[in-house]
Amino acid sequence: MSAPPSVVTGNELLAVMGARQLSDSQTVFTGVGTPMLAAVLAQRRHAPKLTIVVEGGIVGPQWKPGWLPISTNEMRAAYRAQMLPAITDVFLMAQRGFLDVGFIGGAQIDQYGNLNTSAIGGYERPTVRLPGSGGANDIISLCREVIILTVHERRRFVDKVDFITSPGYLAGGDSRRRSGLLFGGVSRVVTTLGLFGFEPGSRRMRLEALHPDVTVDEVRAQTPFDLRVADRVTTTTAPSEEELAILRALDPGRQFLG
Amino acid sequence: MTITRRECDFQAARRRLEAKAKSAGEKLASLDEAVARVKDGDHIALGGCLYSRTPLALVRALLRRRPRGLAISRNLMCYEGEWCLVAGAIDKIVTSWMGIGLPWGLSRIMREYVESGRVVFEEWSHLGLGLRFRAAAMGLPFLPSLTMLGSDLMRVGGSKTIACPYTGETLHAVPALFPDVAFLHVHRADRLGNCQIDGYPHMDTDIALAASTVLVTAEEIVPEDEIRRQPDRTVIPAFAVDALVHVPYGSYPHECYGLYDSEPEHFGRYVDDIREHGAGGVARYLDRFVYGPATHGEYLELFGAAALAAARDRARELVT
Repeated sequence: MSAPPSVVTGNELLAVMGARQLSDSQTVFTGVGTPMLAAVLAQRRHAPKLTIVVEGGIVGPQWKPGWLPISTNEMRAAYRAQMLPAITDVFLMAQRGFLDVGFIGGAQIDQYGNLNTSAIGGYERPTVRLPGSGGANDIISLCREVIILTVHERRRFVDKVDFITSPGYLAGGDSRRRSGLLFGGVSRVVTTLGLFGFEPGSRRMRLEALHPDVTVDEVRAQTPFDLRVADRVTTTTAPSEEELAILRALDPGRQFLG
Repeated sequence: MTITRRECDFQAARRRLEAKAKSAGEKLASLDEAVARVKDGDHIALGGCLYSRTPLALVRALLRRRPRGLAISRNLMCYEGEWCLVAGAIDKIVTSWMGIGLPWGLSRIMREYVESGRVVFEEWSHLGLGLRFRAAAMGLPFLPSLTMLGSDLMRVGGSKTIACPYTGETLHAVPALFPDVAFLHVHRADRLGNCQIDGYPHMDTDIALAASTVLVTAEEIVPEDEIRRQPDRTVIPAFAVDALVHVPYGSYPHECYGLYDSEPEHFGRYVDDIREHGAGGVARYLDRFVYGPATHGEYLELFGAAALAAARDRARELVT
């Protein structure tokens, strides 16, 4: 067991800020890693009636501290679950409309919230072949809203992704709706620098809140595209001792907290 | 466009099934007898998911026959996909994701083969591929869905949309995938091939009903009465199964729900060897773990009884 760091790590900040986006009595479709920790933190702190759903076909797990899953399809992920449906069926629950929030982690992201986890460079003969969609495309296509948690780095934020693995607002405006994606959309991007939404109409990414001690210029320096800025940018409250204690108890080996 | 007509030809798939014996008789076979049913050029769908309930004993037995020109599909492809690439067995991979997991980084072997254009890599969303198996399991050429729409994944395989005949909305017509062969690993079966699975079902039932030929390994072969006592637990009917092999630890070092945990340290050593030797690391692994052991027992001896017992103890702790 490692000692908790004296400073808050990037992943701790993401988990805390992510958790605060969830409300009680919601259902959340979460990936592994930081989104998973954020969902449990919300459940333990302010959203006890939150149901966690995982793409391996797992409903309502109660993960065992120190035995957190690495994948969404293993015994650790299913620990004390309430139901284990087939994978296709758990995604169909999202298509039916049962999943309020999709909670997914980092990838290459563009100004319309499109994600690329497929290929850098050309698709047929890529410079870097990435692992692929997994369930991210389904989560972003089918949940009522999607919250993306990501480290804020210049290489992750791009003007236009090389390949749209998981659709945000596509080319902006109503292009997502016109493609046949009738529901959902990316409501929030939570990064290590602040909170972002999407400007009504254009659907371009917009800075809405800064984490303590972060400036708009710092965000712009890490964001290569023309970032919109809300008229009133608020400042988030730093993670509390209580929030950090819950997270650190869940991941004592700091497998995901960094 | 990499979807083939054969993959979604529901009439041909139906005729193949109608022409086949669907026996309620004995299905027990050896691993070698089971995989002898695979022909070069076949499309094999693998059950389980990532490093859970992977039919690894079947994959190893298959590779020992040095097959060529296969296509493999699996919803989340783990390193068995890398084995097939380095063994020269496959021309096409159909999946939604390939790797082991975050701690092990990107699959260097997939990168090498895909980036140099040596294999067709057809990517679907996780549900997209699930619906391909579901459509086939239902005997249909496609299923409508709201997933993948608008994304670039739509054009990779050649997906088409349809206008809903009732509401006019645009829907993704997810094409069926009728595999030639299914490889599945289950917890228990009777000798006729009625299969029961504990824990998460993954996509195994759909794959069993979608494929023309179904090969199953089971941790345990139980008396027929035991299946009849809990028929609600049976997820694959015997008439869908062509060959059944008794293989305890049949997905090890991947996990089998409630019976044994996976071996992340083994994965780590495998990946370290690839970091050092590239595809040569996989070739060495194949020599040691796939081509080397003459029997499944010899294979398990490479891990040792203590490791197997420890994996069993961890699994017990994870389901209590």
